[in-house]
Amino acid sequence: MDDLYNDLIMEHSMNSENKHEMEEPNLCEMGHNPSCGDEIKLEVKLNGNIIEDMAFTGHGCAISQASTSIMIDTLRGKTIEEAKEIIQTFIGMIKREITDEKELEKLEDAIAFQNVSHMPARVKCALLAWHTLENMLEK
Amino acid sequence: MNYKNDFPLLNNHDIAYLDSASTTQKPQVVIDSVKQYYENDNANVHRGAYTLSVETSEKYEGVRAQVAKFINAKHPEEIIFSKNATESLNLIANSWGLENVKQEDSIVLSIMEHHSNLVPWQRVSKVTGAKLEYMYLNDDFQITEEEIKNKITEHTKVVGITHVSNVLGTINDIETIIKYAHKKGAIVVVDASQSIPHMQLDVQKLDADFVVFSGHKMLAPLGIGVLYGKKELLSKMSPFLMGGDMIEYVYEQDTTFASLPNKFEAGTQNVEGVIGLGEAIQYIQKTGYENMQKVEKELLMYAREQLEKLDYVETYYPKEIEKHSSVISFNIKGVHPHDVASILDSVHVCVRSGNHCAQPLMRYLGMDSTCRASLYFYNNKEDIDRLVDGIQKAYNMFERYLKK
Repeated sequence: MDDLYNDLIMEHSMNSENKHEMEEPNLCEMGHNPSCGDEIKLEVKLNGNIIEDMAFTGHGCAISQASTSIMIDTLRGKTIEEAKEIIQTFIGMIKREITDEKELEKLEDAIAFQNVSHMPARVKCALLAWHTLENMLEK
Repeated sequence: MNYKNDFPLLNNHDIAYLDSASTTQKPQVVIDSVKQYYENDNANVHRGAYTLSVETSEKYEGVRAQVAKFINAKHPEEIIFSKNATESLNLIANSWGLENVKQEDSIVLSIMEHHSNLVPWQRVSKVTGAKLEYMYLNDDFQITEEEIKNKITEHTKVVGITHVSNVLGTINDIETIIKYAHKKGAIVVVDASQSIPHMQLDVQKLDADFVVFSGHKMLAPLGIGVLYGKKELLSKMSPFLMGGDMIEYVYEQDTTFASLPNKFEAGTQNVEGVIGLGEAIQYIQKTGYENMQKVEKELLMYAREQLEKLDYVETYYPKEIEKHSSVISFNIKGVHPHDVASILDSVHVCVRSGNHCAQPLMRYLGMDSTCRASLYFYNNKEDIDRLVDGIQKAYNMFERYLKK
């Protein structure tokens, strides 16, 4: 439990620099888990094929908030294709389908959520932002 | 008296089980009764000419009579077995609601209703055009008499009220509500899911029109629920589900229906659930509500005391302890309840977090969710201590990150 609620995740969940409104985003979508009441608004600014910036607002547990914030740090500056791949790797890690450490390296800080894969009750919290962005990039 | 010894699960796991408002653990006698049923009595009821089926039917009907006596219903056929309280409420809303509520009527609910006693009425309101109104709360999470009189009027056709709130633990004054509603010509649907595990119900004394509850919240197996309705109301209602066992004659183009209670029990019934429910009622009666309440009240007072000592904890229950049943909603200020519940889980304390199927209440109170610890007579002080220690642990983990 202390492994999961570590400094990195706590700082991102309680005091995230990525939590703010964005001016004129190219993409904007709400993500929510009705069963727990978690709600985030994810905003994306694109520069051609590159995710120039992202921001979020909303409320939820430390896991969902930190996961959103760390996802933003991880994917900022990546191309849409790269981002899609990293999203799939993250989902794979949480579902325990991808365990190869080499492959997980591309997740950067987001690897901090690996422990969530052992906590079925919190999987939805960790995946909220990633699924939301996955949907946005599919459109 | 160590009631925990009666509950195998509580001995097989080292947990503080504080989620009995979701579902209670089952005593050995209830588990045994279900096993015994399959080993010795299993046959479909009301169907066979053979002895086994006849005897099982007698046992099934015996539990109906037992439930009737338990809540002091006038007639056994006023007891309908369902899947759970939710199905019972849907039956009432569909069979009574859609046939009796008219556009010029109002439906009055309390804002603390579980979605099960809210969404079905929302549908009745949408289909019939009737107005849907809510009784709101005072600062002590209670519905005042003034609010009752403001909302229930001569236009009101039906009032839906939970006896005990599954979020706030508030014990509602259903006697006053029923009396006043009857004076205005409305019927009253009481959701007793959270009250019957803890207190005696007397449907005749209350003069309630409909009362529903789930077996699994009162020591019985999952999947068995009860609907009580006054005979004069049930007799006039159309069946909810159509099929086997609820018919009289079926022709190619038409059907006549069985009389009460079979009219409302379509298809093969949950006989093991009914048998288990009978055993659970017997267990409660043997233990005695007074003895259960004595334990629960002491624990409730102790838990309130301990939680109120923590200045970083916010609680949501009536201050007036006489109006408070065994549900304790709380939050650590600034920490999301899911995180608290996860951390409590890591120290083997089982609580629920979320909106507790009461989103309109949460919105009304300006909250997203709470943690909820709910007690039963098999809990003890150690369970409360483990809860409080766990809450302290959660706070310690978050403290230095909290914005002051």
